[in-house]
Amino acid sequence: MNSVQSLVQPHLLAQAGFASVVALTFAGALIAVFPRNILYNILGLIVSLTGVAGLFVYLGSPFIALMQLLIYVGAICISIIFAIMLSRPLHLSVPKRRLPKVGLAAGVGVAVFIMLAGIISRTPWQPAVSRSSDWSVTTLGHYLLTRYDLVFEAISLVLLVAILGAIVISGYARRRPS
Amino acid sequence: MNSLYTYLFIAALLFSLGIFGVFQRRSLIGMLIAIELMLNAASINFMAFNRFLAPDPIVGQIYTLFIMGIAAAEAAIALSIIVALFRRLRSINIERAQELRG
Repeated sequence: MNSVQSLVQPHLLAQAGFASVVALTFAGALIAVFPRNILYNILGLIVSLTGVAGLFVYLGSPFIALMQLLIYVGAICISIIFAIMLSRPLHLSVPKRRLPKVGLAAGVGVAVFIMLAGIISRTPWQPAVSRSSDWSVTTLGHYLLTRYDLVFEAISLVLLVAILGAIVISGYARRRPS
Repeated sequence: MNSLYTYLFIAALLFSLGIFGVFQRRSLIGMLIAIELMLNAASINFMAFNRFLAPDPIVGQIYTLFIMGIAAAEAAIALSIIVALFRRLRSINIERAQELRG
């Protein structure tokens, strides 16, 4: 036991975990953007979101990581898969990409990244003078029900309206003769 | 791994990939997937500032939760529009949805 602990140092293990989480995020993002088959894209999105949940664990909040898995992977990705099944006949041939468009898109992406990197590296980030160290889920719940109560209720109202709107939009399209 | 810059650069790279995806795809679902990537980059930024800079390390988590709720609402609306558009046009190619063109 002691020899194993001296062999595998904890901070090395943490760094290996961090590297693998980052690799998962970017590999998933690349799969989500590049292949032309839409099912590969959604699988890549699931991989990438799982990686982001791992990043949240490294940022000190396992609760948000669990919510990320539950809401993004469990709800949003599954509903996107449902929409693919309902809308896109997968046997239809996918239209070819035009090279100038991809080149322009890559140029815009690289330009945005350079701009963001410049902003990040030039801003002198200052931590707040007094930082509280209370990360617990209990405090989060207290904040949600006291200081951010209005926003919390507004979010639930927005979700209700969105669900009703989704039902109305797709039902309207079904009744309409095409 | 324990510096603010690492997380900010990861988020910037993810955001640029999302922008590239939005501009390059022609299917609406592909664009929606790229938008989800960009929202996640914003969440990573909030959580990183929350971890390294903010005076109160709860507020960033709450904002991330709100981003997730808004993303769920947005995905529901977008997917129902996509399904309605497919029933009308038999396609989800963005270049065929041109009825409103002047």
